[in-house]
Amino acid sequence: MDKTTHHNREEILTAANTARWELGLDFHDTVIESIYSDASQIARKTVKLKGDKEAYATDITIDKIVTSRWLGFPLMFLLLALVFWLTIAGANYPSGLLSSVLIDYLHPLLKQAATFIHMPWWMSGILIDGAYMAAAWVIAVMLPPMAIFFPLFTLLEDLGYLPRVAFNMDNLFRKAGAHGKQALTMSMGFGCNAAGVVAARVIDSPRERLIAIITNNFSLCNGRWPTQILIATIFIGSMASPQLAGVVSAGAVVGIAVLGIFFSLVVSWGLSKTVLRGEASAFTLELPPYRPPRIWQTLYTSLIDRTIFVLWRAIIFAVPAGIVIWLVANVHIGDLSLAEYFINWSDPFALFFGLNGVILLAYIIAIPANEIVIPTILMLTVLSSKMAGVGGGSGVMFELDSTADIAGVLQTGGWTLLTGLNLMLFSLLHNPCSTTIYTIYKETKSLKWTMVSTFLPIVLGFVICFFTTQLWQFFGW
Amino acid sequence: MNTPTNCESCAMHNKANLVKLGINLDEVDYVIAMAGNPNTGKSTVFNNLTGLRQHTGNWPGKTVTRAEGGFVFNDKRYKMVDLPGTYSLLSTSTDEEVARNFILFGQPDVTVIVVDATRLERNLNLVLQILEITDRAVLCLNLMDEAKRNNLEIDVRVLSKELGIPVIPASARRRQGMTELLQAVEEVATGKYVCRPHKIKGRSAKLNNAISKLENSLAKQFPNLTNTKWVALRLLEGDDSIIEAVRTGDLGSISAGESGIQA
Repeated sequence: MDKTTHHNREEILTAANTARWELGLDFHDTVIESIYSDASQIARKTVKLKGDKEAYATDITIDKIVTSRWLGFPLMFLLLALVFWLTIAGANYPSGLLSSVLIDYLHPLLKQAATFIHMPWWMSGILIDGAYMAAAWVIAVMLPPMAIFFPLFTLLEDLGYLPRVAFNMDNLFRKAGAHGKQALTMSMGFGCNAAGVVAARVIDSPRERLIAIITNNFSLCNGRWPTQILIATIFIGSMASPQLAGVVSAGAVVGIAVLGIFFSLVVSWGLSKTVLRGEASAFTLELPPYRPPRIWQTLYTSLIDRTIFVLWRAIIFAVPAGIVIWLVANVHIGDLSLAEYFINWSDPFALFFGLNGVILLAYIIAIPANEIVIPTILMLTVLSSKMAGVGGGSGVMFELDSTADIAGVLQTGGWTLLTGLNLMLFSLLHNPCSTTIYTIYKETKSLKWTMVSTFLPIVLGFVICFFTTQLWQFFGW
Repeated sequence: MNTPTNCESCAMHNKANLVKLGINLDEVDYVIAMAGNPNTGKSTVFNNLTGLRQHTGNWPGKTVTRAEGGFVFNDKRYKMVDLPGTYSLLSTSTDEEVARNFILFGQPDVTVIVVDATRLERNLNLVLQILEITDRAVLCLNLMDEAKRNNLEIDVRVLSKELGIPVIPASARRRQGMTELLQAVEEVATGKYVCRPHKIKGRSAKLNNAISKLENSLAKQFPNLTNTKWVALRLLEGDDSIIEAVRTGDLGSISAGESGIQA
C-alpha cells in the first residue's frame, strides 16, 4: 500500500511485542481456553443424547480389539493377507481370459492386417510387436488384480480402518525418531508412492516430513504388487501343495510388504540419528467413527478413479517402453542385438548380487513405470537364452497362458529360487519410478534430497541382495 | 430457519437450479471456501456440488492441497475451494496454513464450515476460530445420518442462534441437505442473510484493551483489512507468518483480492 511505510509497520510490531509482555505468559493458554469453554457451552445447549445407551459403544469395543497391544498387529497382517489372497485367487481367471483375447487372438489379426496393407516389417515390429504388445500385456496383467485390490482397499479405507493402522504403528515410528503420521503416508504409498509423497504435507516439521518422503518408496506400490504376486506364485507358491499355493504366495507377498515397513522404520531411525537429527514431535490422531461403507458408490469410484487412472498411466508408459524393448532387441551391431550386449556385459556384475543382466536391463527400461518389469524380463529372457518355440520371435512381448509356462521360461533362462527371491527384494528396494522422483523434487525443491531418495533405496537393494546371495551360498541351499 | 418444503427437498427441484460446472471457472460471481475438521465430509459435499470426483475416504488428511470446482445455482456462477481439513487455525503445518491463508487473504464471499454432527463440541473449536476471521459463513451440519444412528439429537435452531450463522443439517453421502445448503450460501452471498457471528467471551479487559489499540493502528495502515481483530490477536500471540505479512506489507495487498501469502 502506498500509505504504508516500513517504519509505521515496524511500529505496530513493536507495540504488539510490548503488549505481549504486559499480558503475561499464560495469555496464550487463556485465549485457547476461552475458545474451548465457549465451544463446550454451545455444545451442551444443543446436543442431546436420546435413550440411555452410550453413543459409540460398538465403536469403542471394536477399537479395543483392533488397536489392542496383542491383537492389533496380527489382525492387521491377517487383513492384509486376506486382501492379497482374494486378489491373487480372483485375478487368475480374468487375466487368462484377457490375454487370450488381446494376445492370442488380436495380435495375429493385427499382424495379418499389417501384412495385408504392406506395412514395412520394422514399422509393424515397432507398432504391433512393441507398442501394442506392451499395452496389451499391461492390461491383461494389471487390470484384474487392480479391479479387485482397489475396491477392497477402498472399502477398508471408507470403513475407517486405516487410521487404526496408523494408531498401531505410531509408537514404532516415534521410536524411530519419525512422525507418527508417517504411518498414514506410508499407507498411502501402498497405493502410489507419488501420492504418498504428496500426503507427507500433513507432517508439520520439515525434518520429519523429509524422512517420510525419503522412506515412502519402501511401501510397495501398485506397480510393484503384480511383480511380487507373480514371482511369489511362480517360485514360492509352487513349492507348496496346489491347495495351499495361493495362501503361501499371499503370505510371501505380505512378508515382503512387512519387510518394506521394517526398512522404512530402520532407515527413518538411521536418518534421524545422522543427517536429519531431531526429536519426534507429538500430534493428535483422531480415530474417526466407523462408518458403514456405501458399497456401490465405493465400487464405482474405486473402479473409475483409481483403477482406470492407474491403468491409463501404465499404458501411456508401456507404449514407448514397448517400442524401446523392440528396438534394443532388434537393432544389431555385428551378430548381437543391443540387449544382448548389455546383458552379456552386465551379467557378471549382476550375478554377484544374485540377480542377472536381464533384470538390470528390465529395471532400466522400466524406470518410467514399474508395471512393465515382468513383461520386459520375460521377453529379454527368451531373447538371451535363444529359446525356440516360445513367444513370437525377437522383441515380441508375449503372454504365456499359465504361470507354469512362465516358470518354464524362467527356469530355462537359468533362474533359481534365489533369483526369484532376489527379484522380489530388488523390486521392493530400488529407485522410485520417474513420476515419484519428479514429485519428490516438486515437494522438497531440493536436488540433494531428490538424489538421496533416488539412490538410497537402490544401494540398499544391492546390499541386501548381495548378503542374501552370500548367506544362501554359505548354507549351500 | 426456513424449513424446506417437500418441493424444495425433491431431487427435481435440485436438478433444475443446480448446474455442475466441474473445473470450468470462468467469470464467477461468488467464491466459496469449504473449511472444517479433517474427515467431516468436505470433499463429499464438494463433489456433490461441483460434479468433480475428488477422492474421498474415511481418513483424516485426505485433502492436503486445495481443490477448486464450480457450479451455477439460480443463475449465479460460484467457484468453490475445498480446503484441507484442520483442527485449528493456530498452528503452522502446511495444510493448516493453506486453509488459514485462503480464508484470510483469499477473502471468500462465503465460507462453508462442514462439521461432523456426531463430534460437535470438538468441531466447534474450529468453527469459533473461523468466525473470528470471517463474518460470512454457513455451517453444514454433516453426517446427520450417523448422528441419528448414534441417538444424538441436535437443536439446529439454537445452534444457529448461538453461532449467528445459518446451520444446515445434511448427509452429504446420501446427497441430503444440499439444496438447502445452496440456498443458505446464496442468502449469505447476496447479503439477504446478515451473519452475526459468535464472538469469544471470557477475555480479560486488559487483553481486549490491547487488541483494540492494535486494531486502531492496523486499520490505519491497512485500510482494506476486514478482520483487524483477529490479526491483532495473532500479533499479540507472536504468530510468525502474520508478523511477516505485516512487516513486508503483504497484509495490505489483500485488498486487490489476491492472496498475499502464498500457500
